[in-house]
Amino acid sequence: MQTLFGSVEQEPSLLERLKRGVQKTRSGLVSKLEDALAGRKEIDADLLDELEATLIGADIGVATVNEILERIRQRVDRKLTGDAAEIRGLIREHLLEILQASDLPPALVDEPPAVVMVIGVNGSGKTTTIGKLARRYHNEGRSVLLCAADTFRAAAIEQLEIWGERTKTEVISQSPGSDPSAVLFNAVQAARARKMDYVIIDTAGRLQTKTNLMAELEKMRRTAAKVIPSAPHEVLLVLDAVTGQNGLEQARRFTETAGVTGIVLTKLDGTAKGGVVVAIARELNLPIRYVGVGEQADDLIPFDPEKFIASLFEGPGSEKSA
Amino acid sequence: MFDNLSDKLQRVFKNLRGEGRLSAENMETALREIRVALLEADVNFRVVKQLIEAIKVKAMGEEVLAALSPSQQVIKIVKEELTKMLGSHESKLRFSNDPPTVMLIVGLQGSGKTTSTGKLARWLSKNGHSPLMVSVDVYRPAARDQLRIVARDLKLPVYEGAPGETQPIDLARSARREAAQSGRDVVLVDTAGRLHIDAALMTELGQLKELLSPVEILFVADAMTGQDAVKSAEEFHKQLGITGVILTKMDGDARGGAALSIRSVTGQPLKFVGVGEKSDALEPFYPERVASRILGMGDILSFIEKAEEAIDRKQAAEMQRKLIENEFTLEDFRDQLKQLRKLGPLESMLSMMPQVGIMKDLKNVKVDEKEITRVVAIIDSMTPRERDNHMIINGARRRRIAKGSGTSVQDVNQLLKQYTQARKMMKTFSGGFMGKKLGKLKLPLF
Ligand SMILES: Nc1nc2c(ncn2[C@@H]2O[C@H](COP(=O)(O)OP(=O)(O)OP(=O)(O)O)[C@@H](O)[C@H]2O)c(=O)[nH]1
Ligand SMILES: Nc1nc2c(ncn2[C@@H]2O[C@H](COP(=O)(O)OP(=O)(O)O)[C@@H](O)[C@H]2O)c(=O)[nH]1
Ligand SMILES: [Mg+2]
Ligand SMILES: [Mg+2]
Repeated sequence: MQTLFGSVEQEPSLLERLKRGVQKTRSGLVSKLEDALAGRKEIDADLLDELEATLIGADIGVATVNEILERIRQRVDRKLTGDAAEIRGLIREHLLEILQASDLPPALVDEPPAVVMVIGVNGSGKTTTIGKLARRYHNEGRSVLLCAADTFRAAAIEQLEIWGERTKTEVISQSPGSDPSAVLFNAVQAARARKMDYVIIDTAGRLQTKTNLMAELEKMRRTAAKVIPSAPHEVLLVLDAVTGQNGLEQARRFTETAGVTGIVLTKLDGTAKGGVVVAIARELNLPIRYVGVGEQADDLIPFDPEKFIASLFEGPGSEKSA
Repeated sequence: MFDNLSDKLQRVFKNLRGEGRLSAENMETALREIRVALLEADVNFRVVKQLIEAIKVKAMGEEVLAALSPSQQVIKIVKEELTKMLGSHESKLRFSNDPPTVMLIVGLQGSGKTTSTGKLARWLSKNGHSPLMVSVDVYRPAARDQLRIVARDLKLPVYEGAPGETQPIDLARSARREAAQSGRDVVLVDTAGRLHIDAALMTELGQLKELLSPVEILFVADAMTGQDAVKSAEEFHKQLGITGVILTKMDGDARGGAALSIRSVTGQPLKFVGVGEKSDALEPFYPERVASRILGMGDILSFIEKAEEAIDRKQAAEMQRKLIENEFTLEDFRDQLKQLRKLGPLESMLSMMPQVGIMKDLKNVKVDEKEITRVVAIIDSMTPRERDNHMIINGARRRRIAKGSGTSVQDVNQLLKQYTQARKMMKTFSGGFMGKKLGKLKLPLF
């Protein structure tokens, strides 16, 4: 796992990853398809329809899905190709290529504190994710400070404070309604003075269409940079897995104004697949850092593209409803 | 920006002339475009399938109206189907004969339940009711604080719970008792967000329902929800029997296709939409508006309806024939302008249209009611022979016509130029009542 301070677990080096990536592409879609063609087994239109339904049903989005299927159709005469499992394998491969291409590690921080901003639309799971991140960083032996910069929503500060208690993390806050940038300024300064490793900023949820609220995020970024020129070091966009195609627009706009560096996909413990991140990775090259799988502090796990893709092909809530 | 559906359909039908019929062949591409538009708006793919079937059946064999281009006609059909599916008109809240009426607010995590509870309380109190709110969200940190603050800001009462009262059932029971004692006629119960597959928490809702016999169980759904909307809504409905839906966060740019999905799997009416974070940001649900939005269009339907009313189909067909046979006279031109005027102030008509595609070009078209009046006056001052054949209108005739209509020779010249241009253009664009070249002409033409 790459953290802002380097590797904490055994992970392949960047070079190894690149090598793997190149191999992937070489043994990728085209050659597999050729293999499939050599097999000359039957593939019917129903299968393609079924695959299309699966992918669209996972919120990958009709444009991306069509692109994937088109690549297959282009080379494949419907009468002569491989079997269902093979075609499914090809699609998996293609999705993996998209997700791995954007799987970039965070930039390293020379000198703590690392400033992490957590942003997103209303109700996506920002505050909860911050509680989970605090737990995670503590487990890595780091010191953490939280900043309650959602000064707008009712009881948002109390909510973060409870997360602070749960994870034994100090929270810097001001009164409701105060300027979020002012709270942020205090918190980043405090984190630096106390030589904390991380300071995580909770922000108010905002729809990406609200220009003034988006401008507020820009201001917060600038404020962070005033205290530490290289800050913010990580800007996490929190996306609810139930989000449909609007997720792409969210990613676009938040990246434009707030310089998103990674995505956290929450609520994957439900039946929603969160497939819109594929479209996001494809267009914006944003890495998916973590996924949220519950409401407790430990319910945050690093994103695993292979598992994620496998889950796209699973039936509706199969393993959970059982 | 993507082209919207109406641009796309315009392209699809550019070869279909006014005298044609909508058929399996010429509808095929159009239906594909409609499908994509609905999927991009997050309508569930199964629901899309149903809709496409319904649209196909309805469109097939329809005569292409002269008043509308085929693309507009198809859009009209699509919009009517969507509107029908969304429910024909806005619904009201129901109340118990034996107050207090209990309303249970349920939904997934973060969908907007607490905010909507506050909004409903405000709405109820503005409509002659006296609501009491209670939060039974004993799970999420500071959830009950949140509702307490919402209520305080609204200056409306909330049941805060006795010390040690920490069970949802207990809180709900006490709140209802308190409402009965203090003469409050509605109890709004804000519940914790939960996943539809969380058996324990779904059972808890069942228990609350049994205890409270709520008259309304309102499912709060986020407008940004994607394909999964059918699963959560279906499950909540199956286990609880929801009575209505509130669609939140419609102040953003989500197209809100989830509304169709939810409606189609539950059959329950959409009652309100949330359009902001503040307590007054609650609106009644208008199926037609949401249908337009799902299709990514402005209120094009009202425009189309007006056009239909104003334009006589037979007459329009005759006009079409004349155009094709080059018999479109100045008199016809005048009739067209008169019809155009029947549509009402052009500016307001144009403002009904979304500012995309062709409409962007139209923004620069000067629509001058006075000019129409002037043109009509000029044509009125012509002799029937002149109207029939504009070629005979020489200099002397032009001077006479100018004098008769109180205009100048230049005005007459300009009109004749416009007329010949229009003739040419309408031949090319017959079937559609707005062409790309319109910007150059000063008047929109049919
Ligand atoms: N822009 C916008 N924000 C909304 C709307 N309705 C709710 N919100 C915001 O969405 C977020 C979640 O709203 P809540 O009312 O706390 O949602 P909830 O369903 O009670 O959430 P949980 O109790 O955590 O499950 C908050 O930031 C609200 O301000 C709306 O119509 N528009
Ligand atoms: N099931 C589930 N619920 C989550 C997850 N993350 C957050 N939530 C819930 O979603 C709701 C909104 O979360 P919150 O952190 O307040 O969102 P914010 O408004 O973006 O800060 C809360 O009810 C959380 O408990 C998750 O991964 N899974
Ligand atoms: Mg929050
Ligand atoms: Mg709530």
